Amino acid sequence: MGRETRAMQDDETTGPAALWLLDGEALWGRKAGAAGKSCADCHGEAAKSMKGVAARFPVLGSSRDKLINLDQRINVCRVELQKAPALQLESREMLSLSAYVGRQSRGMPIDIHVNDRTQPFLDAGRAAFNRRQGQLNLACAQCHDRNWGKSLAGNPIPQAHPTGYPIYRLEWQGLGSLQRRLRNCMIGVRAEPYAYGAPEYVELEFYLMWRARGMKMETPAVRP
Amino acid sequence: MARVVVNLPGQARRGEVIEIRTLAGHDMETGFRRTQLGELIPRNIITRFTCSYNGVEVFRADLHPAIAANPLITFTTVATESGTLEFRWTGDNGFSATHTATLTVV
Repeated sequence: MGRETRAMQDDETTGPAALWLLDGEALWGRKAGAAGKSCADCHGEAAKSMKGVAARFPVLGSSRDKLINLDQRINVCRVELQKAPALQLESREMLSLSAYVGRQSRGMPIDIHVNDRTQPFLDAGRAAFNRRQGQLNLACAQCHDRNWGKSLAGNPIPQAHPTGYPIYRLEWQGLGSLQRRLRNCMIGVRAEPYAYGAPEYVELEFYLMWRARGMKMETPAVRP
Repeated sequence: MARVVVNLPGQARRGEVIEIRTLAGHDMETGFRRTQLGELIPRNIITRFTCSYNGVEVFRADLHPAIAANPLITFTTVATESGTLEFRWTGDNGFSATHTATLTVV
């Protein structure tokens, strides 16, 4: 990440992601759904209750048979507790809330633990990371494990640590989730991307977060 | 309602140069892009930003299609007396956003 991009990320009040954080803060306190409850009614002040939460996602869902990421967890609250329609993934509202919740973990180390129940998902994510795919027949690992630091079309190849999602990506001129970024790479190797929220994405997210365990959260980060 | 953020010191010494940072949430659609069906997406940008300090214009900028979304405009002015600063963004399709901030000069 360049010096200028870093400066944008560190500028909390007038960095571009501030617009989403303000929306997220407003949504946190807004009552929604048939239950007439806001996030704050149950969780109180986000700075306390959501501290470190984003660093632990994805987690097992309540049914224990699949992983859910932070966005999907927000929708569980919306549908089951607020009795409101689920927010569309990648919508402005969802990204704002997810960035606001993630913001509370800024500076905290990613804290992913694997147990017997989650081990199969980690294995699936690792397999996906190492599996060649698309017309270009490339695996994630070929760029991000073996060739990081080199250039791809003039841009440095990063190690693919998802420390700052949702990110403000200058190329997008807006906020986007890790799944949108994964979709971007999949289109890049000319593979068919999954639909947003697909279990394959969440498993890959889980593996990437586990791979980045201990690294500090930067949500919402700015990337070129 | 348009979302804008303005960051400036609340207090300054007389004659001090203060930095003002403004951020406006806007797509800044250039008017050169096309949809997947080949239709031109009409231009929709902020065209002008002004800042007046106690009613006197101290900064003005014209914005053009090449400027990125969510434009951040940073400028400086001299703190002469206590008062209000009024920021105004205007643009295509009747876009208008205002923000006022107070500055105390000691």
